[in-house]
Amino acid sequence: MSLSGATAGELLLRLERGDLTAVEITAGYLDAIAARDGRVQAFLSVNRDEALRQATEIDSRRQRGAPVGKLAGLPVAVKDVICAKGQKTTCASKMLQNFVPPYDAHVITRLRDEDAVLIGRTNMDEFAMGSSTENSAFQVTKNPWNLSHAPGGSSGGSAAAVAAGMSPFSLGSDTGGSIRQPAGFCGVVGIKPTYGRVSRYGLVAFASSLDQIGPFANDVHGAALLLEAIAGRDPRDSTSVDMPVPKYAATVDEPLAGLKIGVAKEHFVAGLNVEVEAAVMAALDVYRKLGAEVKEVSLPHSKYSVAVYYIVCASEASSNLARYDGVHYGHRAESFKDMIDMFCRTRGEGFGAEVKRRIMLGTYALSAGYYDAYYLKALKVRRLIRQDYDEAFKSVDVIVSPSSPTPAFKIGELVDDPLSMYLQDIYTISANLAGLPGIVLPAGFSSSGLPIGLQLQGPAFAEERLLRAARMYERETDWHRRHPELPRG
Amino acid sequence: MNHTVIIGLEVHVQLQTKSKIFCGCSADFNPDHPNVQTCPVCLGLPGALPVMNREAFELGVKTALALNCEISSYTKWDRKHYYYPDLPKGFQISQFDLPFSEDGFLEIETNPETGERRRIGIIRAHLEEDAGKNLHDDAGRSDSQVDLNRAGTPLLEIVSQPDMRTAAEATKYLQELRLLLTYLGVSDCNMQEGSLRCDANVNLHIHQDDGHKVPTPIVEVKNLNSFRNVEIALEYEVQRQLEAFKATGIKFGDKGGHKTTRGFDAGTGKTTPQREKEDSADYRYFPDPDLLPVTVTEDYISSVREALPEFPADRRKRFVAAYQLSDYDVQVIVDQGRGFGDYFEEVAKLCGDGKQACNWVTQDILRELKERKLEFSEFPISAPVLGDLLGRITKKKLTTKSAREIFMDLLDGNGASTARIDEIIAAKGLAIVEDTGAIEKVIATVIDKNAKAVADFKAGKQAAVGALIGQVMREVKGADPQKVREMLIAALSQR
Ligand SMILES: [Zn+2]
Repeated sequence: MSLSGATAGELLLRLERGDLTAVEITAGYLDAIAARDGRVQAFLSVNRDEALRQATEIDSRRQRGAPVGKLAGLPVAVKDVICAKGQKTTCASKMLQNFVPPYDAHVITRLRDEDAVLIGRTNMDEFAMGSSTENSAFQVTKNPWNLSHAPGGSSGGSAAAVAAGMSPFSLGSDTGGSIRQPAGFCGVVGIKPTYGRVSRYGLVAFASSLDQIGPFANDVHGAALLLEAIAGRDPRDSTSVDMPVPKYAATVDEPLAGLKIGVAKEHFVAGLNVEVEAAVMAALDVYRKLGAEVKEVSLPHSKYSVAVYYIVCASEASSNLARYDGVHYGHRAESFKDMIDMFCRTRGEGFGAEVKRRIMLGTYALSAGYYDAYYLKALKVRRLIRQDYDEAFKSVDVIVSPSSPTPAFKIGELVDDPLSMYLQDIYTISANLAGLPGIVLPAGFSSSGLPIGLQLQGPAFAEERLLRAARMYERETDWHRRHPELPRG
Repeated sequence: MNHTVIIGLEVHVQLQTKSKIFCGCSADFNPDHPNVQTCPVCLGLPGALPVMNREAFELGVKTALALNCEISSYTKWDRKHYYYPDLPKGFQISQFDLPFSEDGFLEIETNPETGERRRIGIIRAHLEEDAGKNLHDDAGRSDSQVDLNRAGTPLLEIVSQPDMRTAAEATKYLQELRLLLTYLGVSDCNMQEGSLRCDANVNLHIHQDDGHKVPTPIVEVKNLNSFRNVEIALEYEVQRQLEAFKATGIKFGDKGGHKTTRGFDAGTGKTTPQREKEDSADYRYFPDPDLLPVTVTEDYISSVREALPEFPADRRKRFVAAYQLSDYDVQVIVDQGRGFGDYFEEVAKLCGDGKQACNWVTQDILRELKERKLEFSEFPISAPVLGDLLGRITKKKLTTKSAREIFMDLLDGNGASTARIDEIIAAKGLAIVEDTGAIEKVIATVIDKNAKAVADFKAGKQAAVGALIGQVMREVKGADPQKVREMLIAALSQR
């Protein structure tokens, strides 16, 4: 039976009715992975036996009438940056090629509690640094809509897995757009939650003050379900916030009356692809028809966001990645003269070019004599960026924008042009710097058949509002019902 | 060459918390079982996050208040980066530009003869996590091992002003600091186990004929792991710097006159140059994004302040006044630690005689502890029992001599209770005989037997009484010698 394209909600309904079992669903997705992933290469590892064992156990519980979790029997693919006990967690880096964590990340604990089936680990840019998933040390993931195009990044594997029907939903992490940009590229729904909404405990850190874990799904409701499962306070993450978690999935279908949509004039400037711009404008018309009011707002400091982002994320990364020294775990150089030589060779061999570039950038920015001019200054501008949003959200409920300036670019197209690659995140970075939530959902296709993403941003902890606003649009369109026809491989 | 010695100390104190500073692992000293007190957080595993231990923070505030420091209303955590195998994250979580406390002092006695005291300034006290321990050479070979039991135990770094002028003053400061820390109960201050570690910054100001003073290059002497070593190392270093200056004339700031690090070798009593850290110049401090800044309220500070115990300096003053003791005696009692002082005070109150209690605790107890190689905490006679024993002397129910005998018996391992005191008194007949009739009879017999002594007494030789007292006392064991003396003199006078 083909499950391809089924939404999480549909699968749950059929599981509850008893016309599908967790084993059938899991086996169906494992078959889809077997059939398609040779071409897409979204997965770094597939937990076939473990997933089936887990599904069997869930089925037997359901049959006995014993309690099961809210996601019981639904497969979830997990970005290879989130620790799961006993499962290799490589961060797509040679450095952690054989690293098996002895503990579960908070979100993995939550998924296990809700009986989600951990189906496999997805590819990514090394240590989540990149916008194309080409920086993986192991493989290049393809965009399921066109295999010569990139799926976006850094959570490209998680986005492609959902787009290609290899999992109904998946987890990614978003530091500067790493969930939202690939969601847009692959035509799926992706959410970057408010900073502090989801515990980072067990998420291998790239830039601690920006990183958030979030869901991908093939519809808004699925994203709501998964977010609801992973959100909430975790005492092991000091930056996680103690706020009640709304029942996102239960309210997602309720439209928002009198919705005020902001459009930032700074978002519609040179470099924005015309087809992307047209899709966003068409989306705004849909909202107008639904009674929403569209207003122009200004985010004057957004022009600094890319510069600020690369100071902050590189500085934090240079510190977070200092632990990979070959002493306690991970890659260690085979031959070395002395201790310092061991550190140097281990890191020289273990990290890829982009990771090294950011470590060097961050090390420089934090150096004595440069700290004030770079890091401290970046923090100041970061506050101004947040203030822009606070000001804008006084008059609007959400801000609508593209998710990236262009649809998916070709694999290899930007590899030698880091600056253009960095500009991929121009619409998404500000939300990370301001700690605010954002959702991306499919909003059309380019003339060459590549998906176009629409982003909605909201105030802190307004995930429920974003989901409901996104669902209003989704209900009026059928972009999310379209699925890529993968060529026979 | 006239010179002034300039010494400042950096002391690292391991705080006695149940768990480590950023995770739930035990913070106990456990060198025999490496890497058993670890978890993803203190191992620095990818994805693990620190959470501040409130107990560690409170012990830090407690100590800083006792050191008369200002407590900041806002403080934060910073990452200090360097590469070393015992540092699993590649950075240490510490405090850089906003330590939780600054600007205090500790008063020390600088002249035991005159009792003169001086304040040694405290620049700052901040909290940080300890590193692990390398169990190998520094070559980084694959057979090297690291024990991370200690990684993440809470450390308080206390940085003094360069206010000490002799090695002896530095030692005195360290001793007073240690005493304060143990009074506060924030650390066991065991220097052998590394829970109190001391580095010293030392240089000289050489006095020139024109009145100018020329500084010699500053040297940081590392790892002074005993009070004795602090004194030996600093005395050596002062001489070495003096001779180096005489030989080379290199002053601080000159080429070859930058700050250097030297290690102390307890075997030779000398300091030797240490290899400098590769990038010691730049730790690339920045605020730890995984930890929230800490806001400290006035209410919090007051609540910690209210729970502070009496400090050694205050206790010394109080004991002198309350028990009419000498400065010297009080110093001995207070320096033995908080428990010892508490013990003294309980005994003094129970027996009603501070001076007597002081004599017993500073002489008898300290002597027995030394001879028996016991810690004070292991001493078998509790304060209520000793208080009871000494109270019997005060109430003239027991002679001091009998009490000493009982005291020794109580240490024989067969129990040390007030009931045991009663038993010993009964068994040995040590109770003071109140029956003057019985004593009179014995006196009469003794006088009869000692015609010569009687004659001597009549001739004005008071010393003759002494020999007679002894004889009477042998007959009536529990008699009060003072009473016997009085009665003897009365009886002799009537002859
Ligand atoms: Zn631990």
